[in-house]
Amino acid sequence: MPDWDAKPPADRDVYGTEVTQAETVDARPQAEVFDEQIEEGAKPLGLWSDTWRRLRRNKLAIIGLGIIIVFITIGTVEEVAFIFGHPVTPYPPDEVNYALSPQGLGSPPSLKHPFGTDYLGRDVLSRVLAATRIAMLVGIIAVAIALTMGLILGPISGYYGGAVDSVIMRIADIFFAFPYILFVLLIMSVLGAGFQNVFIAIGILGWATFARIVRGQILSVKSMEFVEAARAQGASDLRIIFRHVLPNSMAPVYVAVAMAIGGAIATEAALSYLGIGVQPPTPSWGLMIADAVNYLTGGNWWYLFFPSLALVLTVFGFISFGNGLRDATDPKLKE
Amino acid sequence: MAERLLDVKDLSTQFFTHAGIVKAVNGVSFTLDRNETIGIVGESGSGKTVAALSLMRLIPDPPGRVVEGSLMLGERNLRTISDDEMRGVRGNDIAMIFQDPMTSLNPVMKIGKQIGEAITLHQDKSKREAWKMAIDLLARVGIPDAPKRVDQYPFEFSGGMRQRAMIAMAISCNPDILIADEPTTALDVTIQAQIIDVMREMQAQFSSGVILITHDLGVIAEIADKVMVMYGGRTVEYGPVDEIFYNSHHPYTWGLLASLPRLDASEKERLTPIKGQPPNLITLPDGCPFTVRCPYRRPECRDNWPELEIVGAEHGVHCWIPVDERQGLRVELPHFKESVV
Repeated sequence: MPDWDAKPPADRDVYGTEVTQAETVDARPQAEVFDEQIEEGAKPLGLWSDTWRRLRRNKLAIIGLGIIIVFITIGTVEEVAFIFGHPVTPYPPDEVNYALSPQGLGSPPSLKHPFGTDYLGRDVLSRVLAATRIAMLVGIIAVAIALTMGLILGPISGYYGGAVDSVIMRIADIFFAFPYILFVLLIMSVLGAGFQNVFIAIGILGWATFARIVRGQILSVKSMEFVEAARAQGASDLRIIFRHVLPNSMAPVYVAVAMAIGGAIATEAALSYLGIGVQPPTPSWGLMIADAVNYLTGGNWWYLFFPSLALVLTVFGFISFGNGLRDATDPKLKE
Repeated sequence: MAERLLDVKDLSTQFFTHAGIVKAVNGVSFTLDRNETIGIVGESGSGKTVAALSLMRLIPDPPGRVVEGSLMLGERNLRTISDDEMRGVRGNDIAMIFQDPMTSLNPVMKIGKQIGEAITLHQDKSKREAWKMAIDLLARVGIPDAPKRVDQYPFEFSGGMRQRAMIAMAISCNPDILIADEPTTALDVTIQAQIIDVMREMQAQFSSGVILITHDLGVIAEIADKVMVMYGGRTVEYGPVDEIFYNSHHPYTWGLLASLPRLDASEKERLTPIKGQPPNLITLPDGCPFTVRCPYRRPECRDNWPELEIVGAEHGVHCWIPVDERQGLRVELPHFKESVV
């Protein structure tokens, strides 16, 4: 019979292999050593650092994020400058200078005016920068309005279900049933032109998207066991909805927010282009594009090109970042 | 005399579905004293979990409802108190440990916050104090390096660790009654033993009464003081744990015991299953729900539910087989022939 209780000699391990003194010093229970090794080897990642790690590998998303940061920075600077009444632009964006517009056709890009000047001799670069403020305001405020409505109505609809759910979702269906741009036009014609109304129109139309996403998520999250566990702890309905269910339902919402901001900016440009959005002389990309189209046949490409470029870049930035975020938060793509 | 914590009488819970009325629990009665552990055993669909959820008033309504019975927690009837009062009971007087620790913790909330939530809900404590209490609780349930662990998310915990965290959460408000719904089912065997130890220690420290729901008779043998055997929503037998294991009186209990794998059985010996299917809870007979699967059924079984028969100290059974015949039948089972009796 082998002697099961026999201890190996101090300088040998259990297999009889000689071990050096330094390794035998660790006299802790094996389990503790394992724990430590596990911790050193695979430092667990937080939810966000995990997402960030995967997002970082997606070049398009990072380019998008860079563009977003640049435009939001410009927008913020212009907003602060606007509050103090001194736009931070190379020239005042509304300064008309006929000397710079021979034959009323503007002047092409030059060192003094890198983006050229328009038919009134206004500096296009200054106007593009100043218009960034409007674009960002519309994007963020309109989406904030839509998101707030969606985050109130979506959870109510998903958590309580039944008649409440049916009523909210049928109203959402009505909002989805109309062609989007026609519905915006309808609301704008009721509210009247003006840029505050652009926020409201886009915001009101956007809630249905968020409410639907949140509702769908909540339906799947609310039947999970931790929700029942929270209820068993004595948590109230409101607490369960907003502390337990909603935070677990947000990943697709962040993605939708990034996409919706891009969409809202494009819609603002469209409304301004059609003349019922932002009103002159406030600079807006859509307005500038609308103006420029009239002069395109004269070969003045720079009126059209630079605001369009800003618009395209911004929308591209938000949408590619949103796409990347969706891929990074999708658990099915986890490696 | 021990302090009586809970007195359940004639609890019946039904679910009103399109297919018909599902009679999940039919007239179940039991009591629970301080420091006592009652094990509720039975197969899937026997009404164990529904009975526990009825106590917590967590039966989704609609379609479910407690249709009959009184649930006395001390002086309070849990069936009639207001929703607000019931929220105060949950977590504070009665706490629950769930089956699957992988899904019963909120994945986006830090462990400390989840434990602290229960504390701040029921006690007048600041978030900071609750956080400190969470560290203490984690250490008590045997999580090493609790000050660091408390700041982590559930996915950074292993299954056994999560179940420990669940236990910490459940005992955070020092509840009188701890309901554990299959607390070890989702864990692997080595961890099961640890979790049972933790539960036993916590029960001793906080002197609570424990309701343990399981289909694992090994777990029952380990920590229960008394056992209630359920089948088809009814209690078929109850009694002290030794009585149930060594002197059981109901054919279903025999079947449960006989179906256990045994280490001392020869390799060729097969497990002895209970033949047949669990009953359809919509079309239950008026009599004993086990009738169709019972090898000893009699003409009276199907249509008449036998009265409670006291066969020993705190030991009762519902069965039509005369008591003297039962002894003989039980000894004939292959399982009992060899050693137990």
